Amino acid sequence: MELYQELTKDIRFTEGLKSCMSCGICTAICPAAEFYDYDPRIIACTIQSKDNKKIEDLLKSETIWYCGECMSCKTRCPRGNTPGLIIMALRSLSQELGYFTESEKGRQQLAIKRTVGENVVYKGYCVLPESLIPELHPELGPVGEWIYENSEKVYERVGANYKGDGEGALRKIPQESMDEIYRIFEITGGFDRFDKIEHFSKIKAESMGFTEGEEDYSDYVNHIFTTNNGKHNRQ
Amino acid sequence: MKREGKIQVWQEYQKEIADDHYFYVRSCIRQNFFPGAEQTFLKILRNELGKDIYENPHHTSCSGIAYHSDVVPFDTIQTIVARQFALMTEAGFKNLAVSCITSFGIYSEIIETWKEYPSELEKIRNYLKRATGREFEVPQNVAHASDIVYKFKEDIACKMKFPLINQQTGQPLKIVEHIGCHYSKMFPSKGVGGAEFPHVLVGMIESWGGEVVDYPERRHCCGFGFRQYLVMSNRGYSVSNSRKKFESMEPYKPDAILCNCPGCPMFMDRWQYVIEEMEGKTYGENGRGIPVLTYEELAGLVLGYAPWDLGLQMHQTNCEPLLDKMGIRYDLSLKYAGKDGKLIGKPVMECEC
Repeated sequence: MELYQELTKDIRFTEGLKSCMSCGICTAICPAAEFYDYDPRIIACTIQSKDNKKIEDLLKSETIWYCGECMSCKTRCPRGNTPGLIIMALRSLSQELGYFTESEKGRQQLAIKRTVGENVVYKGYCVLPESLIPELHPELGPVGEWIYENSEKVYERVGANYKGDGEGALRKIPQESMDEIYRIFEITGGFDRFDKIEHFSKIKAESMGFTEGEEDYSDYVNHIFTTNNGKHNRQ
Repeated sequence: MKREGKIQVWQEYQKEIADDHYFYVRSCIRQNFFPGAEQTFLKILRNELGKDIYENPHHTSCSGIAYHSDVVPFDTIQTIVARQFALMTEAGFKNLAVSCITSFGIYSEIIETWKEYPSELEKIRNYLKRATGREFEVPQNVAHASDIVYKFKEDIACKMKFPLINQQTGQPLKIVEHIGCHYSKMFPSKGVGGAEFPHVLVGMIESWGGEVVDYPERRHCCGFGFRQYLVMSNRGYSVSNSRKKFESMEPYKPDAILCNCPGCPMFMDRWQYVIEEMEGKTYGENGRGIPVLTYEELAGLVLGYAPWDLGLQMHQTNCEPLLDKMGIRYDLSLKYAGKDGKLIGKPVMECEC
């Protein structure tokens, strides 16, 4: 497979890379370049080389998962490129081909699919109060814990309509609308993406020796959610 | 930069914002963390400004967080967005009022994609018809909710009960304004003032009597980073970005931080708590944190709405220092009370950030 040709089928790629002159201004402004061992200029160089092996290595690397998709790069590129959009195309292709499981950061896609992804399809929200379990979100603090443990009364106090019918914040979205979202996922490739994430993740989980809770391999999900090898910053 | 150059840039980034008849689409993060802010926005528009703003209960998340975490493909989010537009079209509206900044970026990106690639628009029309039977028109105007508050900032100023003045010193309150990255970094012409000089929050602060703080890391991302926060083992990235901003703004002693994105105030509020826990450091006065507000909350305070009605009790970094400076009275015994006035328990705080 010619990976460069595959990338050109993605509008985010064709819009994101329109001839890079390797000036490095994207790296200068990039927050991920500050805190990770990451350099968007080098990514653009690698892609422009059209070297299939180098692109394959990139798709399997930690590198493409460091971007925060803030699009700060877009504001400064003198050629109008957007490394953040290139990253989105690379991440999509990496998941389509199953390469994402070769990296610690890439393996995390399963955790995101199981939480945010499934929330969208089955509830109509990316995030819900019941997802914000204090043990998984200690950064939300004592107030976060108070909200989680008293959610119905807290949300009622501030005028939300939590799990209610009709309008309002955090309302229950009518089932007929959720059925439409489900069909959208079926027709547009949303479930294809989800299935690929599950399929390749299961293979990886088994190869890494995770076998508990075979149905949903929750031990593997817990591992990918919490593991950081400490080698993602410049050494 | 020459003054002429600045005026030229500014003229280019004047944005057309519809003045009435809005179709409102909510924000996942704002509904979870700042639901009072969304209710306040609707109240201000309907009750203070007499505007027509409609919410269809059948609308959903745009799925932007899932898209920017790369678990949802581009075709899927385009079709979800098309569905939102279909609901808007069916209700007879042409002006979209968007609560979330990521959503605003998504709607802008998708509408621009359809302009550049008409075949993509036809493909999505086809997908939506097959999946739902619905058809849609592209909105005539897409405004972020903060754009609308900006547009009517002077009307709000006319009804002001608590200007942004420190009642103890008589001086304007010093406010850091933080613009969400997806508001104008991808499409500067879609934001009031563009990417380098966004004016949407500056205009509110200045109209309401405050003073804007300029500091070196003013345009730096807060660090949400989507997957960099959603996965626990990545959160070091997220807190590091916010910490960089706090360290940079600290010498200017801001009285508050104001945000238009729903995620940014959540992070800037919570990461102050985390940094205090990890390093023992706080960035506000007297060992406290810097209060972080959404623009709806600030507009509500300025108009005299009660702090706990606005939902300020849902913040981790206490807002009371700002309320005291503004001369706003509040009853601490009711801070954690429910609608019936009875205490709903209390957060167990080890520190008063």
